[in-house]
Amino acid sequence: MAEFGIVEEYDPLEMKMEVRNVDLFYGQHQALKGITLPFREQRITAIIGPSGCGKSTLLRCLNRMNDTIEGTRVTGHITLDGDDIYAPGTDVRALRRRVGMVFQRPNPFPLSIFDNIAYGPKVNGLKDKERLRHIVRTSLEGAGLWDDLKDRLDGAALDLSLGLQQQLCVARLLATKPEVILLDEPCSALDPISTLHIEELMRELSTQYTVVIVTHNMQQAARASDYTAFMLAGELIEYGTTAKIFTDPDSERTEAYVTGKLHRT
Amino acid sequence: MPGRRRIPRDPREKADRLIGNILLAIAFSAVSILLLLTLFIFKEGLPIFSKIGLKGFLLGLKWAPGKGVFGILPMIAGSVYVTGGALIMGVPLGLACALFLSEIAPLRLSRVMKPAIELLAAIPSVVYGFIGLVVLVPLIRSVLGGPGFSVLASSVVLAIMILPTIISISYDAMKAVPVSFREGSLALGASKWQTMIGVLLPAARSGIVAGVILGMGRAVGETMAVIMVAGNATTVPLTPLDPVRTLTSNIALEMGYAAGDHRTALFATGVVLFIIIMILNVLATRITRSRIRASFPKPHRVSSETASATGSAEGGERR
Repeated sequence: MAEFGIVEEYDPLEMKMEVRNVDLFYGQHQALKGITLPFREQRITAIIGPSGCGKSTLLRCLNRMNDTIEGTRVTGHITLDGDDIYAPGTDVRALRRRVGMVFQRPNPFPLSIFDNIAYGPKVNGLKDKERLRHIVRTSLEGAGLWDDLKDRLDGAALDLSLGLQQQLCVARLLATKPEVILLDEPCSALDPISTLHIEELMRELSTQYTVVIVTHNMQQAARASDYTAFMLAGELIEYGTTAKIFTDPDSERTEAYVTGKLHRT
Repeated sequence: MPGRRRIPRDPREKADRLIGNILLAIAFSAVSILLLLTLFIFKEGLPIFSKIGLKGFLLGLKWAPGKGVFGILPMIAGSVYVTGGALIMGVPLGLACALFLSEIAPLRLSRVMKPAIELLAAIPSVVYGFIGLVVLVPLIRSVLGGPGFSVLASSVVLAIMILPTIISISYDAMKAVPVSFREGSLALGASKWQTMIGVLLPAARSGIVAGVILGMGRAVGETMAVIMVAGNATTVPLTPLDPVRTLTSNIALEMGYAAGDHRTALFATGVVLFIIIMILNVLATRITRSRIRASFPKPHRVSSETASATGSAEGGERR
């Protein structure tokens, strides 16, 4: 593996987050093995690989959501703007505001649309009604939902279609003004049209945010990302520009996977 | 079609039908017992209403069976006060306990504690009453004054008795809240506590309310434990330290020797009690049912959409 080669290739200034030599254990089971991977600022990085390869686990390291699972142990370094997010004394809640996450299954809260979006700012101490209204509006606009939903902000979020629910989850995330947006197979519960909406939205978001998407849909990675990382059984096999990974990968295993010849090992 | 053949009947079909009918008869007999019981109570109790009027019976302040005066307002007030007191103490305690078991305690601890708490429900009520009688009543008498037999004593005993109901049902409601809600909240930078208050409780609300209503039903219906610590005076209690008589106690205490109008009045007390419990139960089932419809992602619709979405959008390039 050429992981150190990868690290030297890019300009550190354009790097938003970096994963370096990360191992992760769930109890005895090692789910990530020596991962080293950059995430470039205002770019979309896709992580692909078969189910169970550790791609979601890696994503959940970036905002320390794995902390919520008992018996998880992480070694190595993950940095955000050069600061180690696993350093002792890190404010995990502040980290999660800066590195937001959209989940596989749309998970709007059983509250109104307005309260869903206002939730993030509220739990972070914002009480001013006027400001909240403003944030709700800009967040919905940011997620391309304002025109659809402006007349039913008091309606239940769970009454929306799944596609809109997922877009709402993106809007909810924007309300906390994140810097990095993590998307964990955001379209796997959606129909093709909603999937397209989310991909367009991702494109738009990448002009302001650093976006990381985990997907098992390779067309999606090829369509919508700038860089792609391919993982297999807890290891990073290859990282490069999306064009290179999908047309001229270095590793035979990458090639086998992206051309659909790799069977589960 | 000319060549259509019949599939021969399976002989087991007959046995199936027989067993089905037997079970139907058994189920029906259980329901008819309920029906007969209701009819009986109403038949025995209703005459008193025509005699002294609905208003006189429900709002009458005096209960003097010897003089033919039957007003059950003191007992209605007694049941309301005692139940209210039990809820004031039992609900916060029960919810806090359920929150702890569901969200904070390590799995190993809650696995031991939850059955232990549910075991509380298996202790006969007379035991609760007895402990109330020998511990609580003297304690209230010596610390707070009054006779000790009081609204307060009954409320405390009932609060403990409804804890298992409230804890166990609220716990189940909280556990049924999808992990994704909690993760969504934590991922926005919320603390564990904010997640519990802001997302978990609203999501589990209907289950919690159902648990509280069932607990309330238990408190209204409880008889033995209350008789032993309530003092059973037939006056409307003015302070929590005054003795009190509930609807159930009224029946249990006097039915043994009642006859004539007195007996009818006791049955009518039963009618009032019956209606209260019915209302509480209907409310509880309504709320538990609406929970599935309203506040969670509809499981069926979600799964079918997922299947079709993965099938058309991703199924092709997956393998």
